[in-house]
Amino acid sequence: MKVKVIENLKYSKEHEWVRVEGNRAVIGITDYAQDSLGDIVFVDLPEVGRNVKAGEAVAVVESVKAASDVYSPVSGTVVEVNAVLEASPELINQDPYENWILVLEMSDPGELDALMDAQSYERFCEEEEE
Amino acid sequence: MKKTPLYEKHVSLGARMIEFGGWMMPLQYVGILQEHEAVRQRAGLFDVSHMGEIMIRGRGATEFLQQLITNDISGMREYRVLYSPMCYPDGGTVDDLLVYKFDSERYLLVVNAANIQKDLQWIESQRPHDVEVEDMSEQYAQLALQGPKSQEILQRIVDIPLDSVKFFRFADGVSIAGVSALLSRTGYTGEDGFEIYLPANRALKVWDAIMEVGAQYQIMPAGLGARDTLRLEAALPLYGHELSPDISPLEAGLDRFVKLDKADFIGREALVKQKEDGISRKLVGLEMIDKGIPRQGYEVQVEGRRVGYITSGSFSPTLKKNIALALVDVSYAAEGFHVDVLVRSKALKAEVVKIPFYAKQYKK
Repeated sequence: MKVKVIENLKYSKEHEWVRVEGNRAVIGITDYAQDSLGDIVFVDLPEVGRNVKAGEAVAVVESVKAASDVYSPVSGTVVEVNAVLEASPELINQDPYENWILVLEMSDPGELDALMDAQSYERFCEEEEE
Repeated sequence: MKKTPLYEKHVSLGARMIEFGGWMMPLQYVGILQEHEAVRQRAGLFDVSHMGEIMIRGRGATEFLQQLITNDISGMREYRVLYSPMCYPDGGTVDDLLVYKFDSERYLLVVNAANIQKDLQWIESQRPHDVEVEDMSEQYAQLALQGPKSQEILQRIVDIPLDSVKFFRFADGVSIAGVSALLSRTGYTGEDGFEIYLPANRALKVWDAIMEVGAQYQIMPAGLGARDTLRLEAALPLYGHELSPDISPLEAGLDRFVKLDKADFIGREALVKQKEDGISRKLVGLEMIDKGIPRQGYEVQVEGRRVGYITSGSFSPTLKKNIALALVDVSYAAEGFHVDVLVRSKALKAEVVKIPFYAKQYKK
């Protein structure tokens, strides 16, 4: 399948995307991730105020078949969650880049350098498919 | 990994293929929710060619099957289908299966894909001299057409009136799109529908014919994902979840398929004892009160103490609730009882509810 990738976002190997807004990181899951999961029926959001480290499971996205962790691509404090997803988790299937999951206040923006840009991520997805 | 005769068809339809019971099977085509709804509202077509078919023949066939399974086939008429567990001497479950009776010397058993070899070995080890056992699994393909529009669709390409094939009956040598097949009004979705057994090399022809006439009813190909959510809503057991060598059919609530009054059968003594002593755990339905989806293996607790576990759980597409089947201590099995389900270390509230979750609409 052809995965949709957006320019100017950062991507993790676990198929999360990050949009940087100053010192804040807006985080969601990619088109590849939503497609692999199938119909999303539940999103377990973190508490605002929680501190997370890069690579830590920060939310859970559940499809009909299975529960899948969302790993935080960077470290920081949860400052906002997208509560709309509690009632309408399927929005992630409809537009995974528009429907973010949470916002972190980053504690170490340098961690962003370890993430992929759109082109690298697209190649990464193609390799995953093989 | 084995492939069904429809493997290429599934791939060309864009199905996501997964391994199941040693077979590559379609998990979903467009999505589990849409396929699930198609079956509840209209019709869905499943490739279930992974299921095993075992022919039992011979003068001693009826007597042998009476020994082998827990249900009673003594009063069974020809061209009827019967559901039954098959047990070990200790009452644990070998498999659950369908028995198709051609006559008193010929029966077809339809068994779970993952259990074919185990079942064959078990049946072979119990077989008397006047009975032959033949594995027909490779020769047969199996399609399941399920949903309220199934009869209307199928009627257009078969040569018999389908009204004559009532619930849990079958007809053999039926011409479906010109292919001779065995057809039964059975299924695993909680809807009216048919299961079709046909030669593996003719499966594609029949699949295409059903999809073609079904198009005006918005039929959809449906995968194992929808099959699982459909059967869960109907509270139909799945071997490896609600039944296992460690779980007896009485614990799984299948009492009406265990005929303790019939003459001796394998497992009878153990099951009679379970019945007399009372089972210590029981399969119940749970509906989540708190937000969260119960999954197989999750612990069920009361006041922080483990009282059982989830055998199958999911979001229910029809009810729009999170539901589960769970094997719990009988003290907590009464409807209305509140328990906790441990979801990622959080105790989430659930209520014991009546099963099936979804009321069946079978054509009798």
